[in-house]
Amino acid sequence: MERLDGNAIGGMLFYVFGREMTMARAECGHCGARGPLAECEVYLGGPGVVVRCRVCHNVLMVLVEVREMICVDLGGLGALDLSAGASDQSVS
Amino acid sequence: MAGAAVLGRLTWRVATVTRVVEETPRVRTLELEIPGWSGHIAGQHVDVRLTAEDGYRAERAYSLASAPGEAPVITVERLEDGEVSPYLTQEVRPGDAFEVRGPIGGYFVWRPDDGGPLFLAAGGSGVAPMRAILRQRRNIMSEVRARLLYSSRTIEDVIYRAELDEEEVVHTLTRAQPPGWTGYARRVDADLLRKVAWPAGDVPLAFVCGPTSFVESVAAGLVELGYAPGRVKTERFGATGGR
Repeated sequence: MERLDGNAIGGMLFYVFGREMTMARAECGHCGARGPLAECEVYLGGPGVVVRCRVCHNVLMVLVEVREMICVDLGGLGALDLSAGASDQSVS
Repeated sequence: MAGAAVLGRLTWRVATVTRVVEETPRVRTLELEIPGWSGHIAGQHVDVRLTAEDGYRAERAYSLASAPGEAPVITVERLEDGEVSPYLTQEVRPGDAFEVRGPIGGYFVWRPDDGGPLFLAAGGSGVAPMRAILRQRRNIMSEVRARLLYSSRTIEDVIYRAELDEEEVVHTLTRAQPPGWTGYARRVDADLLRKVAWPAGDVPLAFVCGPTSFVESVAAGLVELGYAPGRVKTERFGATGGR
């Protein structure tokens, strides 16, 4: 399965969180690495979308879309800092 | 506008194709008319959604290739086993419509205030967001220096060939070269980056877009040259990811 990055799911994340999310900083719950969601590893080919830490590859988020409903598991995240994207047009 | 008022407002809209440009035998550029389109930032993308008669849906992301202020334009490369690109590259005609949502993205974007100098590296159809950046830079007569390193398989695969300013672009053709080709003829490696990229001492801002392997080797090469990791923006696309 091909490894992409968080840019590829910018639309889905916007739909789920109601705002631009690729600049939001994710903290890995396993190794503590921090960085924008855009730089996290993303795998699209399975039944759901899997987002992994680009340093230790721990699963950060799983998003599964069934018809119009999206089930979201954020269990692998230590923190999600939304302030980095605050200057974006979507929240200005 | 209050922040709360725009929360969640990323809706599917109907886009109508107004113009089709054949870029290469496998790549087309589509100009779109999208009612309610609020404009975009260079580097952003849209999601395209196609719905089959039986209700089956497929979505792909495509970078916007036009400058802010211009009509939204996407460039689509046909993937033989694709669910969306065969329709967009072979069947769609001016007047046809499909659903889009966007603009999307706040990371892989360039605003004129971000400055430069800009070093852009594109593999294949990863050149689409670079076109948006270069067109905006030209439209506003920005004095930011820009250079595009553009990797294609053959000369026939070069997208926007007529438009790209030869003074700004360094081509490399990785698979085959036309007779008399004097440009680069290999995959982008550390040595090529050292020759083409702005020196790290200029504190450049880099954008890298293309297939995953291209993006990761170029980004690592730039950091090796001394580029600050935070100033190397990356966007990967794949056979299943569109773009």
